[in-house]
Amino acid sequence: MIADTFAALGGVALALVLSPFLRTIIDRTKARMAGRQGPPVLQPYWSLARLLRKGAVYSSTTTWIFRAGPVVTLATILGALCLVPFGGRPALLHFEGDVLLMAYLLGLGRFFTILAALDTGSSFEGMGANREAFFSALGEPALLLGVAGLGAITGSVSLSGIYGRIGTSAFLGAHMPAMIFILATFVIVYLTENARIPVDDPTTHLELTMIHEVMVLDHCGTDLAFIEYAGALKLWVLGLLITGLVFPVHTGSALLDACVTLACMFVLQIGVGLVESLVARLKMGRTPLLLGIAFVMSALWVMWVVR
Amino acid sequence: MIDQSIIALLLLVNLRMFATSRVDSLVRCVAAQAFLLVCLAVVTHEGSLSWEAWTFLSVTGLVKCAALPALMTRALRSAGIRREVEPLVGYRVSLFIGLAATGFSVWAAEKLPMPAGAADPLVVAVALISMITGIFLIVARRKAISQAIGYLAMENGIYVLAPALAVHGPLIVETGVLLDVFVGVFIMGVIILHIRQEFRHIDIDRLSELKD
Repeated sequence: MIADTFAALGGVALALVLSPFLRTIIDRTKARMAGRQGPPVLQPYWSLARLLRKGAVYSSTTTWIFRAGPVVTLATILGALCLVPFGGRPALLHFEGDVLLMAYLLGLGRFFTILAALDTGSSFEGMGANREAFFSALGEPALLLGVAGLGAITGSVSLSGIYGRIGTSAFLGAHMPAMIFILATFVIVYLTENARIPVDDPTTHLELTMIHEVMVLDHCGTDLAFIEYAGALKLWVLGLLITGLVFPVHTGSALLDACVTLACMFVLQIGVGLVESLVARLKMGRTPLLLGIAFVMSALWVMWVVR
Repeated sequence: MIDQSIIALLLLVNLRMFATSRVDSLVRCVAAQAFLLVCLAVVTHEGSLSWEAWTFLSVTGLVKCAALPALMTRALRSAGIRREVEPLVGYRVSLFIGLAATGFSVWAAEKLPMPAGAADPLVVAVALISMITGIFLIVARRKAISQAIGYLAMENGIYVLAPALAVHGPLIVETGVLLDVFVGVFIMGVIILHIRQEFRHIDIDRLSELKD
């Protein structure tokens, strides 16, 4: 019991320290694919440190909601981090139904980002908020339905229970197609939630095409650092949902499990970088179709599980 | 496990047929569908296959995965169409209709009274989904070629259902049907070419304006 708590704390500490590094992996992969060298390895950390030293400027149009936005975003993602198991071990907090808490903590964070964007009174930010609300409303049912499928396969409604019980047998047994469909859904939701190509382009600077980036345009200094850090943690938290599925091996040694999970996480980021280099961003009007496909695939597990 | 993977792939191919706007991708989908269905027939067959069955399966595979798609592609190229621009039902709605059809097929396959020794309900479900895909394409698309593809998809579904239901000797019937389908698609190719030459498009709707 105590050992489990320490292992979970170790997982959280790893996330807090290493999550900005995931950005480096993505950026470096993209740079390599384009024939450039890419930013220094510690660049995300330097950026965060630089932002934290700066003060913030607030427009006179904004209210306390605008200031609360980044804080709530970071707080909710930290809460979600405590609920997601690392390397097949139970998470710091776990109880029946924590799946819903995780999904809605992410939802609350997004809600406040959207409110803060609307609070600036800028029409561009309103447009970004509009798109974010639309796409996440389409992505959330897919995520929940996929997790529900995992719950039905493993007979648990807690994230720790689900990821603790998934083994290689789940992939090799009769549920194999269901698992693959759920995995595919998670990958699409991962790219959507983290504002990555093919849904959103994190490097674009044209307001007409931006989704997530346009919502944080008016934040600066410490606020922007909070948002950037929360974004990095989100890459980590949702990434854990995928790595737990891709490599469901429990060796018995907490250290070995952690190393395997970390390696999977880094490979996942290289995958994201490759997708960003090789795939064009979808036209805005086509994105709902992609999320629709994610939803349909997450619904297909029913065929193999509920018989 | 192999049969379950084939069923999963078939589901994806069918859903792609619901959601795609490109006609050439529809042709590839229907070829893939036929290929997977032949594989499914081989995998789910109990005991060793006789040489008649092997011959029949390979002939079906050749006709459905190579000959018919080649004919279709030729018709496409000569008519110069690439995508269905204004379908009667939009693609997002189509995708969800596809999901509903999948659900309905699985439910119906569980409920259908099956003869003893018949196939796995999921195989029947996949056959039903392929048939519904075909019917949907015929109803909801305007281009003559999409409708012909729908007809083929429907035939693919029936092709799987027949051995699943009739345990003995459906092969000879299927061979006859295969010939009919081949001739049907052949004639369709010629007709599309003629419609195209006459009216410069192949939308079925506008044929209703014809008068003598």
